[in-house]
Amino acid sequence: MSYISLSEQDKKEMLARVGVSSPDDLFCCIPEGIRLKKELRLPPPLTETELLRHFETLGRKNKESAQLSFLGAGAYRHHIPYIVDYLSSRGEFISPYTPYQPEVSQGTLQVIFEYQTLICQLTGLEIANASLYDGASAVAEAVLMAERLKGRPKILVAGSLHPQYREVVRTYLRNLPLRVEEMGYDAKGQVDIETLKQKIDGDTSAVVCQSPNFLGVVENLDRLSEVVHQHQALFVVVVAEAASLGILQPPGAAGADIVAGEGQSLGLPLSFGGPSLGFMACRKEYIRQFPGRIAGETKDIEGKRGFVLTLSTREQHIRREKATSNICTNQAWCALKATIFLEALGQDGMHELAYQNIQKAHYALESLAAIRGVRRKFGGPVFNEFVLEFESGYSKIQNRLLANGIIGGLALGPYYPALKDCALFCVTETHSKDDIDRLAGLVVEVVR
Amino acid sequence: MSREPLIFELSAATKKGFTFPKLDVPEKKGALEGLPMRAGIPGFPQVSEIEVVRHFTRLSQANFCIDTSFYPLGSCTMKYNPKINEKVAALPDFLGSHPFAPQELVQGNLEVLKTLEDSLAEITGMDAVTLQPSAGAQGELVGMMLIRACLGDRGDPRKVVLIPDSAHGTNPSSAHICGYSVQEVKSNEHGTIDLEALSRGMTGEVAALMVTNPNTLGVFEQDILKICEIVHSKGGLVYMDGANMNALVGKFRPGDMGVDVLHLNLHKTFATPHGGGGPGCGPVGVKKHLEPFLPVPTVDRGPAGYRLNFERPKTIGRVRSFYGNFLVTLKALAYIHSLGGAGLREVAEVAVLNSNYIRKSLEGVYHLKYASPTLHECVFSDKLQKERGILNIDIAKRLIDYGLHPPTMSFPLIVPGALMIEPTETESRRDLDQFIEAMKAIAREAVEAPDVLKSAPHVSPVRRLDETAAARNPVLRWEGPKE
Repeated sequence: MSYISLSEQDKKEMLARVGVSSPDDLFCCIPEGIRLKKELRLPPPLTETELLRHFETLGRKNKESAQLSFLGAGAYRHHIPYIVDYLSSRGEFISPYTPYQPEVSQGTLQVIFEYQTLICQLTGLEIANASLYDGASAVAEAVLMAERLKGRPKILVAGSLHPQYREVVRTYLRNLPLRVEEMGYDAKGQVDIETLKQKIDGDTSAVVCQSPNFLGVVENLDRLSEVVHQHQALFVVVVAEAASLGILQPPGAAGADIVAGEGQSLGLPLSFGGPSLGFMACRKEYIRQFPGRIAGETKDIEGKRGFVLTLSTREQHIRREKATSNICTNQAWCALKATIFLEALGQDGMHELAYQNIQKAHYALESLAAIRGVRRKFGGPVFNEFVLEFESGYSKIQNRLLANGIIGGLALGPYYPALKDCALFCVTETHSKDDIDRLAGLVVEVVR
Repeated sequence: MSREPLIFELSAATKKGFTFPKLDVPEKKGALEGLPMRAGIPGFPQVSEIEVVRHFTRLSQANFCIDTSFYPLGSCTMKYNPKINEKVAALPDFLGSHPFAPQELVQGNLEVLKTLEDSLAEITGMDAVTLQPSAGAQGELVGMMLIRACLGDRGDPRKVVLIPDSAHGTNPSSAHICGYSVQEVKSNEHGTIDLEALSRGMTGEVAALMVTNPNTLGVFEQDILKICEIVHSKGGLVYMDGANMNALVGKFRPGDMGVDVLHLNLHKTFATPHGGGGPGCGPVGVKKHLEPFLPVPTVDRGPAGYRLNFERPKTIGRVRSFYGNFLVTLKALAYIHSLGGAGLREVAEVAVLNSNYIRKSLEGVYHLKYASPTLHECVFSDKLQKERGILNIDIAKRLIDYGLHPPTMSFPLIVPGALMIEPTETESRRDLDQFIEAMKAIAREAVEAPDVLKSAPHVSPVRRLDETAAARNPVLRWEGPKE
């Protein structure tokens, strides 16, 4: 295939206009001795038909789609209204650049403005940015931001924060004079408040907690917030399952200063983990240290409402090494999908989504925990995930489920050695009662 | 054209844009026990499906995009995004794939990742590639972390990174997050790195030089071998910002010429759509000595198939969840498979031809600060027009009236009043000529009717917007009618 629009005649005439005789002459500024002399060793070009066949064949090497899956752990399967894909695939949305020229980018800019508003409404905070890469890097940005605001060297992170998010925070901080300490969880699966009280001090910039946390448990944010603010630290709340915000108390109302999270649940397919959507919101007073692009409302010379990218003096293209973040390209198209998703669902839809997740997860939890040899590990309230402990270990059960076309919950041993017989199960509105009954039925057989 | 209302202004209770299947498990009050609940979501919209469809369709019509217009944003490589690649990335076997699925069930995904890594290594001449970084800036950050880890492993991570004054702002910002202080290297009269300035700056404290090649003027750093030698001789490493790789594919391989680490932008060179600002993907390629430090997991090919490798003791760790922007990598691989080696070389050749055609046609009409030959882009300025009070912004906004997207403005910083033009290889002669004619017409208007430029654009969905007011009094969300 070729996507070139010049005819051979065009090329000839244009080369003549430029004043050279061959395309190679255009590269005369690259010294002869270092130019590539051979052709790249790549497979021969494919036509559209061949290309599609090639990737269909590759896709079939994935054997996952026939399985019934109970995996969550930071990537969630939810219903996606058809119009999300329909509208977002318009060329006018998918093919423009970052809206540097606002007069011809009002579509993208108004979408960002609406997206920022929706994120503020969901999180209960005052300002939101136009998106970050994903939940994990959003948390890292939140931590860096907190340190800029507080200037203290210590960050306390819940052990129940997604293990990959914790890894990313450590990577981002590895070359900076900051230290990360982790806090364990209690018998309910919530942040152990005694550890928090022991560890927090005048050196602490931020306390980072996820809710619902990686163990599926919803935190008591009010209680945590009180302790954090007694020490004038910032409370960073992480939301990895954004569907929960349809029904749960908004973190802002519980005292969160910064909310960072993953918006994949809002209209984005699983896609093997990416692209997804990092979101971030905070209190208005922190705006100067906020990372990422932001759209704002203004007027044109005729007084009509319009939108622009604003407060760019925080950003790398103006401030260079003093910028609040190095981010340039973000996840704008994913934010667009989330905006369509949220506006299609509306308030009632978001409530219904969250409510069904809770009811179905609860039904599954009751069915499974009633099986002999299977135990609910944590007593804290859950949203759509929960941890089960298997008396005879999980791996045998996991394999038997797989042999029967079911991908069970995520084995937690690799992440938490103390939970080696445990697995994190996720049940969303996409699971039918039959799906759940089939899982429970199989577990009964296997455990027996 | 009347402005589209905000969705919140269309909202009314009980309207519905989507219906969930009925709950099919027995409802239990106890399920909600202990959960902190919200009372509602104040201000959240409630609209019908057709209202959503019209809202976004109308909004889309207020955008310029590649599918409708020439979009010569310099440094952004706004080439055509092949539609078939979207179809490939929408195949259900990829789309529905869970990132924690057992590895034996996602061999197709792992093969995609490994094949793209290998292809990019071949294209750049590097030894290994990671696809984890989500965009160019994150690629830069990873690249600098790799350098720091490698030098640290040798005993001293060093303190300073050298960056030319023509560099993209993400370079100094990425180096800073990596704990380095930044020292600027002045450009010479050709717009390239001044070797003497580099030699003076290149002390034992310097960890790396970040060099963009071709640089942001579109000029190839001819002395790249000597540059690498100067840096290496003092124990430093060379980082290449590969944002402009579209000028070089099939013509020059940085890995053969002394570059230690580089990043690419799949959303530039490899035709994945920019999506109004993202998602992108910023793969990082390294030579052997940096490979042990790559982010985890890596994808290994073994006798039993592909495998994710988390056991890498010297790794810098991970910089994002899962395996990067997977669907973007899928589109880029489809692009490479469509073109093959010869096709990619033609991309660079025609991109450079188109840019030089524009340059030649506008020389004399607009001022060109540097006479050096250029590759895929050229940077003019408003110097000739400024004498009459016309600035680059006026020229840019007037282009909109001609149905064309403006070039990148005011960058690179070493060209005052810059207009940075990158046409890419996919444009037709007719589109190039239209742009050239429009630019010439605007230069005439600057003399004959400067007010038309000052008040441009005239035919866009909104007129020139007050960006100063937006920053001075920030309104960053809809608040609802004032009580």
